[in-house]
Amino acid sequence: MIKLNVNGRVHDVDAPADTPLLWVLREWVGLAGTKYGCGVSVCGACAVHMDGEITRSCGIMLGEVKDAKIVTIEGLSADGLSHPVQKAWLAHEVPQCGYCQSGQIMAAAALLKGTPKPSDADIDAAMTNICRCGTYQRVRAAIHTAAKTGAA
Amino acid sequence: MSGRGVRGAGHMEQISVVARRGFLGSAAAVAGAFSLGWTIPGAQAQGVANSAATAAGGVEVGIWAVVMPDDTVVVRIARSEMGQGTLTGLAQLVADEMDADWAMVRAEYISPEANLASKRAWGDMSTGGSRGIRGSVEYVRKGGAAARAMLIQAAAAQWGVPVGECAASESVITHKPSGRTLRYGQVAAAAAKLPVPTDVTVKTPAEWKIVGRGVKRLDTVEKLSGKLVFAIDLQLPGMLNASIAQCPVFGGKIGSFDAAKVMGMPGVRHVLKVDDSTIAVVADKWWQAQTALKALPIVWNEGANANVSSASIAKHLEGGLDAKEAFVGLKQGDVTAAMAGAVKKVEAVYGTPFLNHATMEPMTCTAKWDGTTIEVWVSSQNGDASLAAAGEAAGVPLAQVKVNKHHLGGGFGRRGHQDYVRQAVMIAKQVPGRPVKMIWSREEDMQHGLYRPITMAKMQAGLDAQGNLVALHGRISGQSILAYIAPARMAGGMDPVQFQGWNKEEFGYQAIPNLLMDHAMRNTHVPVGFWRGVNHNQNSIYMECFFDEVAHAAGRDPLAFRLGLMGQMPKLAAVLRAAAEKAEYAKPLPAGVFRGICANYGFGSYTAAVAEVSVSKAGELKILRIVAAIDCGHAVNPDQIAAQVEGSFVYGLSPLFTSENTVEKGRIVEGNFDTYEVMKLDQMPKVETVVVPSGGFWGGVGEPTIAVAAPAVLNAIFAATGKRIRTLPLKHHDLSHA
Repeated sequence: MIKLNVNGRVHDVDAPADTPLLWVLREWVGLAGTKYGCGVSVCGACAVHMDGEITRSCGIMLGEVKDAKIVTIEGLSADGLSHPVQKAWLAHEVPQCGYCQSGQIMAAAALLKGTPKPSDADIDAAMTNICRCGTYQRVRAAIHTAAKTGAA
Repeated sequence: MSGRGVRGAGHMEQISVVARRGFLGSAAAVAGAFSLGWTIPGAQAQGVANSAATAAGGVEVGIWAVVMPDDTVVVRIARSEMGQGTLTGLAQLVADEMDADWAMVRAEYISPEANLASKRAWGDMSTGGSRGIRGSVEYVRKGGAAARAMLIQAAAAQWGVPVGECAASESVITHKPSGRTLRYGQVAAAAAKLPVPTDVTVKTPAEWKIVGRGVKRLDTVEKLSGKLVFAIDLQLPGMLNASIAQCPVFGGKIGSFDAAKVMGMPGVRHVLKVDDSTIAVVADKWWQAQTALKALPIVWNEGANANVSSASIAKHLEGGLDAKEAFVGLKQGDVTAAMAGAVKKVEAVYGTPFLNHATMEPMTCTAKWDGTTIEVWVSSQNGDASLAAAGEAAGVPLAQVKVNKHHLGGGFGRRGHQDYVRQAVMIAKQVPGRPVKMIWSREEDMQHGLYRPITMAKMQAGLDAQGNLVALHGRISGQSILAYIAPARMAGGMDPVQFQGWNKEEFGYQAIPNLLMDHAMRNTHVPVGFWRGVNHNQNSIYMECFFDEVAHAAGRDPLAFRLGLMGQMPKLAAVLRAAAEKAEYAKPLPAGVFRGICANYGFGSYTAAVAEVSVSKAGELKILRIVAAIDCGHAVNPDQIAAQVEGSFVYGLSPLFTSENTVEKGRIVEGNFDTYEVMKLDQMPKVETVVVPSGGFWGGVGEPTIAVAAPAVLNAIFAATGKRIRTLPLKHHDLSHA
């Protein structure tokens, strides 16, 4: 058993240490909001916060997490709607199919935490998640809105 | 809507024929037949479906709406939601005709088995060809109007007053003389017992209250919290998970595999042959199945295609550029004679590669076999076809199939094909009693797609002494989608889909006196399919970039040159003018900024784009701005139309910049997003959408503007650099210039 702190709760996980955190979250912990997109840390659909840092969970193994606190999309806000990024996402109607949006939202929330008033260049650099529906224009607009409403 | 909609009494028989063929024949053919559609107008048909809404105490008022005791109106949706907003648009159409309170409107999928059992009362479930709304609009509106009439009739009966004295608004019925009111939820039970009226009149556009508004989508909130259960997220009691490997060479088969080598690995339950070319490992967790699959020794019989490469395919296609035999898609006048008499000739050869859909959610399907019934949980663009495919794969009559539809994590045409449903069923049949969720790895998804077909085009134009375009020949050489997907839909060996944008109905420049559009079919062993925008994408690149070349050769302004030949298509000219106006085409651009334009008519909508770019001397391209215009007739939800247009530029510009699938040793080379590169946010240009709904028709929205993305930018690149880029992607080209 390996202890894993997810969204403020400690889980005892019966998975090998070399299991990617993504699959631990989805299949052992039962939190499927974090998505599988590529498995090679390129697409960002699996992004979570690890001690506040944006982390692609497909590329980090369970054994490497140790005492770090993991926050997933399910833990970003209590009601799933009240984080400034989630509010801005709703206001701008960002999601289309929605599959990549967990990762996009987690990346945006991490960006705003470190850079409360990001420039377009900051957004370009931080938001490297793939969206095939092509919501990028609204992702950018929603991040600017979230920055204005603040308290991210 | 052309050619669709209400049919006579004979169609019931046709449906049962389709259903039988679905059981006995190939599911691909069934999917094709279904997508051609024998649509029953829902308002006139009787359908009954138990659903989440009825289970929660709602009653069906007609077949398109369930009214809950608290006045919530749940609109039934037959099409699939894959991000394109159809679910919300259809709900708007029904709710508006119902005079429902939009704040209290929700939506639910109708199940394919309910549709089948009710003789397809909810019509065609196929969601492709940008038909989700325009293909449903007649009968869903009638369904909403029928529900409204029933609710009013029930209220009038309760009051004992004439129906004509009652009016409905925002889910409340008012008896006008007395001012008495009843809410929909109060009369729904009585209304549900009334016969569904068949002679309802739908509103005129001037009467719309919900249609035409950019209301919020009904499916956004659950996409913000991670709570939406995509098919890949499904968890069922006792569920097992499967990962599959298909022969990397298309057409190859399993030679042998050594299951014993992995049976002892953690969680592994089964190593199975799924079909002649597919092996599955079934385990407790998907990660365990995938880990074991990677360790599984497999020998493939790669077959006859193991030496095919992109180079050999290119040679194959080049042979078609001047081939004598070709299918004719459009002919007018005498191109050969006119070309011979031309004073100036322009010729260019273009080409575009295979492209994977690369939906963010890889192919996935869960199936459970209990010895009698096959039940599947799937994100599918065609619930009817999933049902047919599951029944066929399981070898059971369609009445023993259940299909649970999930929202799609991207579709783009890929999930109209049912290969992954069949595989999940073949796995489940070998593991009876337990649901098995099959997920394709990204690599499997990337290397076993139904790719956008590879084509080349030889374009030839003839100008007279005054610089008028008197002859135009467009020769496509390349792969046919229908030849792979649905040969039964071909016409005398010809694939009419190949000529999208270049046929009599869609070609924009029919004022050119001598025209010939033809196709030398050059198929390959690589599976191909409908890729969002389909053949419009390539054909528009070939035509609209070549048109720019011809305008340049004629010494004409590209906008005026186009407009001068669009006489037969005034709405296309109007949308091009609208884009040009918004982009301030008449005004000079700042130094270093260059412009390209294009137009296309497809999926029933008129589209145009203006791109503004800069290209540094060293060749660095920046797209500064895109103005995109669309006339889709009636605009159901302008904000969602804008969202589709914005997104379509990502789908259209990714293959301009970087995306391509290449073939070596018979297999697709690219395995993941590290090599199949797609656009990211930093490359996203500012897209300004101009919606110019001219009314009078219902055009598609999800696909058409993809066709104008790449040509506008390519034409701007020429303006900036003097370089004509005729093969994609741009990553293979040097844009540096003096």
